[in-house]
Amino acid sequence: MVHLTAGEKSLVASTWSKVNVDAVGGEVLGRLLVVYPWTQRFFDSFGDLSSASAIMGNAKVQAHGKKVLKSFAEGLNHLDDLKGAFAQLSELHCDKLHVDPENFRLLGNVLMCVMARHLGADFTPEAQAVCQKVVAGVATALAHKYH
Amino acid sequence: MVLSEAERALVRALWNKMGDNVGVYTTEALERTFASFPSTKTYFANFNLKPGSTQIKDHGKKVAVALTQAVNHLDDLPGALSVLSELHAYKLRVDPVNFQLLSHSLLVTLARHYPGDFSPTMHVSLDKFLSHVNSALVSKYR
Repeated sequence: MVHLTAGEKSLVASTWSKVNVDAVGGEVLGRLLVVYPWTQRFFDSFGDLSSASAIMGNAKVQAHGKKVLKSFAEGLNHLDDLKGAFAQLSELHCDKLHVDPENFRLLGNVLMCVMARHLGADFTPEAQAVCQKVVAGVATALAHKYH
Repeated sequence: MVLSEAERALVRALWNKMGDNVGVYTTEALERTFASFPSTKTYFANFNLKPGSTQIKDHGKKVAVALTQAVNHLDDLPGALSVLSELHAYKLRVDPVNFQLLSHSLLVTLARHYPGDFSPTMHVSLDKFLSHVNSALVSKYR
């Protein structure tokens, strides 16, 4: 659950509208795998992850990154009930994928860097602050069903 | 988790490019940290924390000097940061989690201002460098 004022929700929407979700998802996942290489542990079936350029150019990384970011974007339509919105994905990440929730935090921070890179001056400290609340909320929601 | 020669070269190259503006970016990183992570403000209860505050600018300059010192002594970060390590351990006693928050905001700041330079390999080099600085800063905590 993330508590945003109307003004903050509006800032999230306007900031997010500037993001090309299709293009950026692959970069976010790719950077996660480059900057925190231990996260590669979940992607043994993805093929060549042997270098930064191999990772960033990997078609499976691009495709999966796009999928992840689309799911995140869908969550933005449910800011008042993130736990509900991500309940099934939370169970999946715990029971089937066995992903440490710390990884959701890492991905959220990489997303912040990628948004900064693409949005430049539009990614003001205020915009970052509301987006940090959202990624923290999504990470908590994804961890909520863990047992 | 040592920085390779290639990673060091990337960090030095960006520092050279920033020239005299390191203080501008560390100040922005502080402002972003205070905005995104309000708990960090507890260490600056006596400061004016409004964006543009002279006190934040002055503090940003101190952080810039320390980081530049670190970049110039990548072979011996514990040595170069020894005085700051003691200051943080015995006087300031800032909880270690806060250095990670500032480091993250510095990465966001650099990505925002140097999008073309902030490649994935630059991103990991900077993250490793800052992580080493933070380790050195907390090395005398206990």
